[in-house]
Amino acid sequence: MNLKPAHAGTLESGDILVQISPAVDGEGLTVNLDSSVAFQFGNQIKKVISETLDGLGVRDAVVNATDKGALDCTIRARVTAAAVRATGKDVWKD
Amino acid sequence: MNTLKDRAADIKAAAQTLDKEVYNYAGKDKVTTPRREFQSRSPKLCSLEEAIRRSGLKDGMTISFHHHFRGGDKVVNMVVGKLAEMGYKDLQLAASSLSDVHAPLIEHIRNGVITGISTSGLRGELANEISRGLMEKPVVFRSHGGRGSAIASGDLHIDVAFLGASSSDPLGNACGYSRSENAKSICGSLGYALPDAQYADKVVILTDDLVPYPNVPNSISEDQVDFVVEVDSVGDSSKISSGAIRDSKNPRDILLAQLAAKVIINSGYFKDGFSIQTGTGGASLAAVKYIRNEMIERGIKASYALGGITAHMVKMHQEGLIDRLIDVQSFDKVAAESLKNDMTHKEVSACEYASADEPGSAVHYLDIVILSALEADVNFNVNVLVGSDGIIRGAIGGHPDTAADSALSIIVCPLLRGRIPCVVDEVTTLITPGSTVDVIVTEYGIAVNPRRPELADSLREAGLKVVDIRSLKEKAKSIIGEPDSLPFGDKTVGIVMNRDGSVQDVIKNIEA
Amino acid sequence: MMFVPGNNPGMMADAHIYGPDSIMLDLEDSVTMTEKDTARLLVYNALKTIDYGDTEMVVRINPLNTPYGKKDIEAMVKAGVHVIRMPKTETAEEVVEVEREIEKVEKEIGCVGRTKIMAAIESALGVVNAYAIATASPRMMGIALGAEDYCANLKTQRTPGGDELRLARETIVVAARAAGIDALDTVYSNLNDMETFRQEVEFIHRLGFDGKSIINPRQIEIVNEVFAPSEKAIEKARTIIAAIKEAEKKGSGVIAVNGKMVDRPVVIRAQRVIELAKASGIIKEGEL
Repeated sequence: MNLKPAHAGTLESGDILVQISPAVDGEGLTVNLDSSVAFQFGNQIKKVISETLDGLGVRDAVVNATDKGALDCTIRARVTAAAVRATGKDVWKD
Repeated sequence: MNTLKDRAADIKAAAQTLDKEVYNYAGKDKVTTPRREFQSRSPKLCSLEEAIRRSGLKDGMTISFHHHFRGGDKVVNMVVGKLAEMGYKDLQLAASSLSDVHAPLIEHIRNGVITGISTSGLRGELANEISRGLMEKPVVFRSHGGRGSAIASGDLHIDVAFLGASSSDPLGNACGYSRSENAKSICGSLGYALPDAQYADKVVILTDDLVPYPNVPNSISEDQVDFVVEVDSVGDSSKISSGAIRDSKNPRDILLAQLAAKVIINSGYFKDGFSIQTGTGGASLAAVKYIRNEMIERGIKASYALGGITAHMVKMHQEGLIDRLIDVQSFDKVAAESLKNDMTHKEVSACEYASADEPGSAVHYLDIVILSALEADVNFNVNVLVGSDGIIRGAIGGHPDTAADSALSIIVCPLLRGRIPCVVDEVTTLITPGSTVDVIVTEYGIAVNPRRPELADSLREAGLKVVDIRSLKEKAKSIIGEPDSLPFGDKTVGIVMNRDGSVQDVIKNIEA
Repeated sequence: MMFVPGNNPGMMADAHIYGPDSIMLDLEDSVTMTEKDTARLLVYNALKTIDYGDTEMVVRINPLNTPYGKKDIEAMVKAGVHVIRMPKTETAEEVVEVEREIEKVEKEIGCVGRTKIMAAIESALGVVNAYAIATASPRMMGIALGAEDYCANLKTQRTPGGDELRLARETIVVAARAAGIDALDTVYSNLNDMETFRQEVEFIHRLGFDGKSIINPRQIEIVNEVFAPSEKAIEKARTIIAAIKEAEKKGSGVIAVNGKMVDRPVVIRAQRVIELAKASGIIKEGEL
């Protein structure tokens, strides 16, 4: 899948800024996470990010995420938005 | 036998009977210098270095400080810097509390100048480093009342106290404000410094306004003071209200405040002559506003407000809604000025405020206290010291003292701070035991300790949403998920003392 | 009805704790063109995940004549929103068009008729067509005034007294009553002037509005006070609550008043009336 660099989200409290950039095919997913709740929720956040991308068929990408205590539903929304912007694929129609 | 000479033998005999010397007239000439000039040569007046040397301070001894200037304190860094310069090692620092501004202590700890700390709280970079294992010896945490008791009982022996004061005369009559034109600072009550002044072996007053004798009214008296040191500044008064103390426009704080006020109004304790203390969180400050309205409406007056006095309390005092203010620490300039000018605004020591050993301490006669929390658990235990990330980021303050001795203790905290849950299975660190906590107010419901069924009934009857504390914990979990456990190590970095002098909990180092 | 920007996850997460009757998550004016896609996803995920309790959830979509409107409807219906709020509604045809889009999605996911519609009237033409709009679809549950755009359209501006809104307000109330649906008043934006806000709420309450739109939780208390239930409603609620207690005592699951069985929605409404009455101080503690 062709990716172009894209981002979604903000650095407001309760939000997460997700940046997606392309990776070499077959290299898989790299998630770099900076979170204010890294100790307690770092693994969970990474899991939500990779599951969401997996669901959208994004396999090879580099994700840089800056989290300000976002809930899972917000993370899903931001990752989906960034992925839609990166792939040009519309989640509502496809 | 009509002259002294005639009675000389009898005087000698009387002296022998009493095992005393016979009075000797030599060298007892009067000093005739004008007194303004004479007092400037007070033997107590000296430089900081000289005061340290003359105090007899040795390596390994305990030095103490108060934190009435909070984020604006300059004394701790100044004195410890001087001690380091003079080559002292292995000193034990007993502060009433420490905050962000004390980050320079990190260097002194690394260099072995300070090897032990006892305090009510730690914040900022110093707290961060200590949480990660900076010190070999764990930090000892005590509540304000607990520290007072420990000093009075000798559990916490202070060799030399270094106490900042906004005015002092050359003999050591000192206080937290100044009546002179040259006043540079004001912190109001010196309540946490008073046990130090009373019980320390040597007391050094540092002041940025040296005023002529007699500096009265005063809070520390000359008979407790050994040295007086004039310095440029003891603290930045604009920062005494730094930190948590501000008027909140945050809608969640306002919601919590309204709920807390409703709890108080319907608790059965809201009647003429009640007494109250509020914490410094946005919500508990805002609660005061709603309580005030209800007091006016019902014609109820409070006998006293205790604290932690703020401008809000001063205003209600001036309006006649609160009869007396009892002030161990002035939380803003308005409170400090009021303490200076108003006879019925009384300064009290940490012991008079909250000692468990003092039956007359003010907390024993407190009806209602509103407190905040970092975390509460399903057994109503509360943590105000260690963040949910395992890093020390707060202070015990008078939390366990007021919760234990008041008739009604109300904890106000949001269920969630961002993604951090504030109602959990078990608090990270036990500060205030659940047996002393009566009500926990959150935006998702109010939990009443099962010890107080009658209270739960009256709140429910008033239309408040009273819920099981476990349902709050579950609610939090359903919103944010299950947090991973914290990466604690094997090293003990902190010891939490109960106010009765027993050891209540320990804090482990955080790894990563 | 509390307005919450659709691009602010922090506010969306706990808007319901303040106890508004309904929350309107906004995809329209509070979201910039470049963030329409992300806001839609945020609101979708929030509606799917967050437990808003019994708060009525409304989403203000973008108009259908923008590139966003249809996608907004698709996403929100799939998320299970209670009410779609149409902005800047001027004709009954627009309502029918929105209804058609809603039904298309509902058919796809098998829940035809679930989604209600509310229309905001924000222009002179909309006011003139108010009754037609209010009766354009059986899904219509309310009409609301949007005063800022309306004033711009009228070539006037808002004043504290609200003279310029009089006709629009009265027309909307009358149209809503005639259609048997709710009438909601516009927002008041100056958070520093609670006194004028209260006067406005009292005024629109007298006009017959069912509720007020608000932009900040701090405004809720005043609306609740003004809209506190009447003596008659409280009396009726008391009878029902007494019947519940009676049934509990007997261990019976059936609640009856004057020999007639009481439905669950009626019980909930009665409890709500009592809560509201207590919150506004009409019933003192311990009474009932």
